[in-house]
Amino acid sequence: MTRFMDKTFWGLTIGLVVILVANFLLEDWLRFIGLQSMARGAVALGLLILWRAGLVSFGHALFFGWGAYAVALSQKIGITDALLGIIIGTIASGLLAFALGFLLRRYRAIFFALLNLAFSMILYGVLAKLEVLGSTDGIGVKQPSYFGITPEGANAHITLFCFTAIIVYIVALAVHRYLSSTLGAMTIAVRENEIRLEYLGYSAEKAIHVKYVFSGLLAGFGGAVMALAVGHVDPDSMVYWPNSGDFVFITILSGTGNVAATFIGALAFELIRTFAFDYAPQIWQLLMGGTLLVIVMFLPNGLWSLTEHLGKRRKSAPSPAE
Amino acid sequence: MTFGIKRSGALFAAAALLAGTGLAQAQDKVKMAVPTFLTGAGAPAFGIPAKKGSELIVRGINEGTLPAPYNTPGFAGRMVDAIIYDEAGGGTKQVTELRNKVQKEKVDLVVGYISSGTCSAVTNVAEELKILTIETVCGTPRVFEELDKNPKYVFRTMNHATGNNVSAAHYIAKTRKGQVKGFVGLNQNYAWGQDSWRDFELAMRHLAPEAKPSSKQQFPKIFAGQYGAEISALLRGKEKLVHSSFWGGDLEALIGQGSARGLFHKKDFVLTVGETVAYRLGKKFPQGLMIGARGPYGMYAVDDPNPLNQWFQKEYRKAYGEPPAQPAYQYAQGILAAKYAYDTAAKKAGKFPTTDQVIEALEGATFPTFVGEVKMALSKGHQAVTDDLWGVTVWDEKRGETVLKDVIVFPASCIMPPEGVASIPWLEGGMKGAKC
Repeated sequence: MTRFMDKTFWGLTIGLVVILVANFLLEDWLRFIGLQSMARGAVALGLLILWRAGLVSFGHALFFGWGAYAVALSQKIGITDALLGIIIGTIASGLLAFALGFLLRRYRAIFFALLNLAFSMILYGVLAKLEVLGSTDGIGVKQPSYFGITPEGANAHITLFCFTAIIVYIVALAVHRYLSSTLGAMTIAVRENEIRLEYLGYSAEKAIHVKYVFSGLLAGFGGAVMALAVGHVDPDSMVYWPNSGDFVFITILSGTGNVAATFIGALAFELIRTFAFDYAPQIWQLLMGGTLLVIVMFLPNGLWSLTEHLGKRRKSAPSPAE
Repeated sequence: MTFGIKRSGALFAAAALLAGTGLAQAQDKVKMAVPTFLTGAGAPAFGIPAKKGSELIVRGINEGTLPAPYNTPGFAGRMVDAIIYDEAGGGTKQVTELRNKVQKEKVDLVVGYISSGTCSAVTNVAEELKILTIETVCGTPRVFEELDKNPKYVFRTMNHATGNNVSAAHYIAKTRKGQVKGFVGLNQNYAWGQDSWRDFELAMRHLAPEAKPSSKQQFPKIFAGQYGAEISALLRGKEKLVHSSFWGGDLEALIGQGSARGLFHKKDFVLTVGETVAYRLGKKFPQGLMIGARGPYGMYAVDDPNPLNQWFQKEYRKAYGEPPAQPAYQYAQGILAAKYAYDTAAKKAGKFPTTDQVIEALEGATFPTFVGEVKMALSKGHQAVTDDLWGVTVWDEKRGETVLKDVIVFPASCIMPPEGVASIPWLEGGMKGAKC
């Protein structure tokens, strides 16, 4: 139990309390950005798991979009409950990741990255052709109900925010636990020396498969939350390849030091994008690219490494999750 | 972790501070957000002319130099502060941006949107945010027929896309009676292309039943850029008439590659939004094509003597050194609708109107525009109808511009479904109630 209640546990718990309180004080637009950060942060968390195993996916918009469409379609058959919708979106993506994992676990490096991209673009192509699913115009998602109650107006997002924050908290803790378990520790072993891992009696392919399913579940969860927050799903802003790029961007921005990093990175990403959009409407992409360049050059381990720099300066204990 | 929290706390504080300063400026001005494509594929053909048209009309409104009845300065006397921003990035991004503009920058209204995908995504959010939103260009009829059946805050100030394809079929039926045996489509494989083809094919079924659609419809990928195979297939096919809803770079590519192979001499083309690139291509734009502008805009407005139209033509050419194409007109028309609604509501209220009063003034209104008038006739007074025009391109050596000949005007009552009837059932049922 003492191992369970480490720094990350306390950090996440304090973080949860802070954002739950902040939820009621925040301006509406900031709350929405917070919601999106949690959704994108969850996907980046999935990428973090793969990243630690030395794998980068350029196609996780596949699972993000799959989860989002699963929520939209489940509403069509009458499922309006938020929790049920999110579970459906998450599981649907997990199953897809499980199926694709049999093929993808055999590939590494650029082949892994691009095969993911290929699968995501297949889904994009199919969705763009399917007129019954609204083609590129997408389909609308209604405000969900929470155990039979449907909040109206601003309350809808306050509720969804609380709801998402609590699930994200549980998910982040679970991933943190997983990463510090034997199975999770294999992540680094896969990256460092696969052959040695195999000699230890573990299957590298199976370890990767498990990680891939986890990352799929997390991306599906992110997509489901995004669908409910935005109220609309469409292939261009959910499945198209730049979305996969956004997730990789967030992962680089955050660094892989800690599960909390991805959510902070996602928030920073959303805020940078929002202000870049406001102050440079014609060259906002340039500012985003510039930010990435600065991070890669000066903070190669992401924003999280700032905490480690500061930690070292104060001669405190080594970084939490490593 | 604690540092992480502090960091994000600082970010929140910084953001809130910026939001605060934004609020302080918004006193006796009307803040109007204008989304349009400033980057990406939609920018050159649609977004940039739309931006220019908006800037010009806002300047005219603020200076009070527009001809009557728009000759008073501002919206109900208040200066208009137009915040033009990028529509790129897809539906999710645009929902975020709409929230930012409304909740952070406290805009009073939104006028814009080009892509049907964006309109599909933002319409219900605009209703939820209770923000007056005038959609200017996006074409999908689903906005009010499916997504937002009881609109209050959202309006659209031009015909939806169905009208344009129906009038195209009317034009073919009128000018090529009995000559068209078959027709084929070349449309991009996404919502706009699919919808355009469906509407055109359904309308042709009733207006020119002797013409049969080819079994080999072409749906190349959007932004493909290379149409060699498609052009070969069209040239081999026996159908003379080709329907295409191509736009922007794709249309320019098709025209470049098709012209080189004589495609436009051998086939009879109907380009539903061809007007958007005709000025840009100048003399390279083929002659003898049927091109559409979704209403009396751009090339179809160029010679109309209405003083408002003449002002727009003259000032636009003076400011930007090029003639205004349809998106410039369509955005300016949306902004005129807002001016009309604010002014009318202010007259009635005797003071600066509330948003509800502005909405009341715009609902079901008929207001004068550059050419003729706009009637907010459909979807409970939130969907506009206008006349639509079709003609054939010809190069005018003296002006150095493409102009149109054999123009036929189709009244709104002929090409748009009546109130309360959705487009597809109306087309499938043989366009009952159309008054041509």
